[in-house]
Amino acid sequence: MTDQMKTKQYVPGEHPDMPPPAGISGPVAWVKNNLLSSPLNVVLTVISLWALYKIVPGSLEWMFFDAAYTGKDRNECLAKAGGACWAFVGERFELFTYGFYPAEERWRVNLAFILLPIALIPILWDKCPFRKIGIWFAIAYPFIAGWLLLGGFGLESVPTDKFGGFMLTLVIGVTGITFSLPIGILLALGRMSNLPIIRMFSVCFIEFIRGVPLITLLFVASTMLSYFLPPGTSFDLLLRVLIMVTLFASAYMAEVIRGGLQAIPKGQTEAADSMGLKYWQSMRLIVLPQALKISIPGIVNTFIGLYKDSVLVIVIGLLDPLGIGRASVATTEWGGLSTEIYVFVAIFFFISCFAMSRYSLYLERKLETSHKR
Amino acid sequence: MRVTKSAAIAAALSLTALTANAGTLEDVQARGELNCVVTTGLTGFAAPNADGKWEGFDVDFCRAVAAAVLGDGSKVKFVPSTGKTRFTLLNSGEGDILFRNTTETMSRDADLKLSFLPVNYYDGQGFMVNKALGVASAKDLDGASVCIQTGTTTELNLADYFRSNSISYEPVPIETNEEARTNYLAGRCDVYTTDASGLAATRATFEAPGDHVLLPEIISKEPLGGAVRHGDDAWFDIAKWVVNALIDAEELGVNSGNVAELGAAAGNNPSINRLLGTEGDMGAMIGLDKQWAARAISAGGNYAEIFDRNIGPSTAIALERGLNALWKDGGILYSAPIR
Repeated sequence: MTDQMKTKQYVPGEHPDMPPPAGISGPVAWVKNNLLSSPLNVVLTVISLWALYKIVPGSLEWMFFDAAYTGKDRNECLAKAGGACWAFVGERFELFTYGFYPAEERWRVNLAFILLPIALIPILWDKCPFRKIGIWFAIAYPFIAGWLLLGGFGLESVPTDKFGGFMLTLVIGVTGITFSLPIGILLALGRMSNLPIIRMFSVCFIEFIRGVPLITLLFVASTMLSYFLPPGTSFDLLLRVLIMVTLFASAYMAEVIRGGLQAIPKGQTEAADSMGLKYWQSMRLIVLPQALKISIPGIVNTFIGLYKDSVLVIVIGLLDPLGIGRASVATTEWGGLSTEIYVFVAIFFFISCFAMSRYSLYLERKLETSHKR
Repeated sequence: MRVTKSAAIAAALSLTALTANAGTLEDVQARGELNCVVTTGLTGFAAPNADGKWEGFDVDFCRAVAAAVLGDGSKVKFVPSTGKTRFTLLNSGEGDILFRNTTETMSRDADLKLSFLPVNYYDGQGFMVNKALGVASAKDLDGASVCIQTGTTTELNLADYFRSNSISYEPVPIETNEEARTNYLAGRCDVYTTDASGLAATRATFEAPGDHVLLPEIISKEPLGGAVRHGDDAWFDIAKWVVNALIDAEELGVNSGNVAELGAAAGNNPSINRLLGTEGDMGAMIGLDKQWAARAISAGGNYAEIFDRNIGPSTAIALERGLNALWKDGGILYSAPIR
């Protein structure tokens, strides 16, 4: 009776917001729901806490509190602290960044680095001001960057064997990503084409490339090609590597996009046909926008894979950050500091790959039109 | 039948076209740069310094050859290679010469079609153990776990040695020296075996090098030297005599400090005069000018200077000359005379 009385005090629709009852919100409830909801969860929570306790303080101690930041060689580091020796990375930071690029020309690399985000933002962010001009700049960027890095036309030319370190990783990554997507789209369309020659070519290309490990392709690029080319022709090693990496990524990209294309109901193509759209028009306006949207996770997956695979170039004698690190560990001053190198390079790769993966999530959310099945 | 025959002839012709290129010397001089295959990083032998400049024992030999051929020891493009790719890089023409602490063996010489230059470092395979194990000889290693680099001559030597002495062991296969170091220090293997120079270099990076000993047994011969491709004898001669010139220079007391002075005018010692081109014209015989050896010596010094700067007693690696002393100082380093 009294309960009924109470509910009647509020006019329907004007019930004031009340705090949730104790026990279903707040930190205590969160812990209870997420960490201690069942006996198994309790056990897992305890194990995780124990593992964190074992790992985190020690790592922080090693990485920051007990680390040496200055010093001329490893012995000085050891004398100062028992943890990581970041002086090593500090001293060789330029080598890690620019490789063997001539010191007086490094401003060109810096400029290309700075222009990269300026070129990327208009593509990645559709609310960017002056987007049209930005897109034109982005299209011109690969050529501008190539001119800056390689030289010629007024700049001193730098041979590609001077490239190394993070710069090399970015050159391989950016080139591979830029070119593998369009080639991948063409191959995917080719594989689904009605024209037998195009289809056969695409199938053969994709299956061949996917059937061979990247490291084998790199070996072929670096050593076997010289046997086939006429003597005396020197075909730039980095260019060969870029071609191989791009082709490799394109084959995977093609399959990812084909997956997306096959998820688009046939009715879409037929509808486009019935409206009188030509093949390329229907692909560009109807099919590909939908197919690419649902392929985003796979596409970014391939990008990240390609980016990380760039460390394989060490087997053909190009020194990426990992290669520079391994070579640096072999000097008498810094012998035996491999952990620092691996941690440092891992942080670099984590930052770039994590950024790519977050951007793909943002893109998915932005393009979400609730067509999920 | 006729078709296959003409195809075979065409193939043969194109093969001869492939091999009948200009000599390596002309290629290098036209390019203005010597492509030298080195390791991707081995303490004391080849590694880039903080400025990206390559340094090391092998590197200095590359520079000496470049100085003799091109007149400038800095005109070298270093092609870093792994143990697996080094010979392919040389044979495919990506490199003109190989200096990558490579052991000369019959199969590499004949089967892989290399021509080995005079040995520039006599090495041998040794063992390193922790002092706490109390092992005094490799014969006491029964049942030990051994860290061993795969795909090297050391792997085969180890198997041979333990079998012939009827000792059992447990191999722990690893890829690189750095990996071996980590595993050895973590106690995953009792023994680390590789070339004695490599062991000394690795031990130099330990926090407590004194806790580890190199056992007295040296179980193999590892003559390390440079190499060039088969089939270009003129180029082989140049490389061979540059190495010999550096060894001869030590014997004759010519070093980077006095080479300019000694080379300015003929002196009393005819051997020095011939070496430095103040008497006769030895350079013409290998297609170079008279000052070829003088330039090679001034690039990085004679053999002793190269040794001392990179791996000698004053460096962290602290290798003694040992076998690598000149023959008259008790070693086996012995160059053919330049005359």
